[in-house]
Amino acid sequence: MSDERTLDLLEAKIQELRELNKVEGLDLSAEITKLEKKLAKMRTELYANLADWERVRIARNTKRPYALDYIAEIFSGFYELHGDRMSGDDRALLTGLSELDGEKVAVIAQQKGRDPAENKERYFGMVRPQGYRKAIRMMRLAERFGFPIISLIDTPGAYPGLESEENNIGGAIAASINSMIEVSVPTIAVIIGEGGSGGAVAIGAADRLLMLENAICSVISPEGAAAILGKSKERVKEAAAALKLTAPDLLDLGVIDEVIPEPLGGAHKDLQQTASALKESIIRNLGELSQASTDSLLASRFERYRNVGRYSILSG
Amino acid sequence: MPIFKDKQYFRVNLEKEADEALWLRCKSCGELVFKRRVRENNNICPNCGEYFFLTARERVESLIDEETFEDVSKPIVADDPLGFQDEKPYPQRLEEAQEKTGLPSAIILASAKIEQMPVVLGVMEFQFIGGSMGSVMGEQICHGMEEAIRRRCAFILVSSSGGARMQEGAFALLQMVKTTAVRARLAEERLPFISVMTYPTTGGVQASIASLGDIIIAEKGAMIGFAGRRVIKETIAEELPKNFQTDTFAIEHGMIDRVVKREDLRSELATVLRFFQEGRDE
Ligand SMILES: [Zn+2]
Repeated sequence: MSDERTLDLLEAKIQELRELNKVEGLDLSAEITKLEKKLAKMRTELYANLADWERVRIARNTKRPYALDYIAEIFSGFYELHGDRMSGDDRALLTGLSELDGEKVAVIAQQKGRDPAENKERYFGMVRPQGYRKAIRMMRLAERFGFPIISLIDTPGAYPGLESEENNIGGAIAASINSMIEVSVPTIAVIIGEGGSGGAVAIGAADRLLMLENAICSVISPEGAAAILGKSKERVKEAAAALKLTAPDLLDLGVIDEVIPEPLGGAHKDLQQTASALKESIIRNLGELSQASTDSLLASRFERYRNVGRYSILSG
Repeated sequence: MPIFKDKQYFRVNLEKEADEALWLRCKSCGELVFKRRVRENNNICPNCGEYFFLTARERVESLIDEETFEDVSKPIVADDPLGFQDEKPYPQRLEEAQEKTGLPSAIILASAKIEQMPVVLGVMEFQFIGGSMGSVMGEQICHGMEEAIRRRCAFILVSSSGGARMQEGAFALLQMVKTTAVRARLAEERLPFISVMTYPTTGGVQASIASLGDIIIAEKGAMIGFAGRRVIKETIAEELPKNFQTDTFAIEHGMIDRVVKREDLRSELATVLRFFQEGRDE
């Protein structure tokens, strides 16, 4: 049974041999090739048919690229705009002006922290009411000047705390969904890491919903589901599978439009490669949406969400 | 896999089954009280004023004019799109909830009158899997708003829900968007939407349709909020005030318009309906 640690160890070993090969003038190439093959095989075994729980772990991997990493790769410049004009500036949800492939766009992005200090500032990517109110402000601005909206989703969920509830986090999410529905410019949402419940939906109600291959989207965290069901912590993996939260599952269910491929092992193995696939997809989808008139854009968006759901019709 | 596949969708009526027990003991004051008197009193203890739980049927009955009830729900029942299984398969959970409540889903959708004014009324049933919102509830709420548009009347939604229905995964989550999208149509038509929050109005329901009322009224004793106490404690271990997520908390923090006693809810709804109805060109 291989896991990520074994792969990392093997990779390090191969690197070591390569160094030796150079310095000592020994011919270790046969050994290196053998190990490289083994590594490739193990990697495929581990990642090609990833268990749902493994994807959850990749989606939450602290080495995984975050929104600002993609923004730097994909857009030309990011002119950040701060604050909700009421109570503060949420650092877990960033908004700004940018250019994509020569076109002006408005960006709304959820951002996690890399280290404890940054995570303190960014509340581990959990958005508070002021974050959603800032997002709404950005949507209005985008609409006024006709900028398409690109929203990058990566949050465990809205911030669950007294401060959030006092400022009506539920009402802020509702208002944000409402703005997403009403805004008269093309909207594309991409789940790049965690799409946690209402906290993700708030900026996810777009014309196109895309997902990176190892991103997840769930109504509740696997841990939360396991807790509700009175299961022990070890049953979290089962909950992860039951929730159908992976990108391939959600594509099968018709909930998302497209899965954007990641390199074997996850986006963190090759940021450039992932970012370039992401960029290609956003540009292509935006191109399609830009063909439509505002009326037909809004009509299609309405139809899309009016019809979402699965049920059976019986004779009354 | 549809539930009740071989059965017909059944229309809800308000007829009560005979109840064997004549008396019940109030948990609040400890008095034995005559059950019929409790029922006639909106399920409020005649002795101490404690609110007993109202089923969706009882709630509908307490709000509308007699003999005006008509079930206008769509003949739909839940699917099991994820093949969800925990201790029980989801279809079994659904069947048990249907048995327990005598309802096809967690919401009653009716056309009725309140003080002679026509309304479309949706009432959630908490005893049906925690009143959770899945594809069926989302569709019924949208259908209710569209029915209100056809009938040129107000839409009232009485929430009692723990949030999105976990067993339907992303489909449940997207009902937040779906109901919001149709709610915008109701607004375009300038028809009033009154959201009534009762115990409890939380999670994905509070974070979408319930918070989008033109008027938001909370029943006294309601619980209103997004994240549950358990989640908050587990995530951030924060001390929470005694009145956390209560009706008083909600009104103090500007989340709702009014807190209304159960016995006054019907007349308050009538007051609001009358205000929005007057001067409307019909
Ligand atoms: Zn009593």
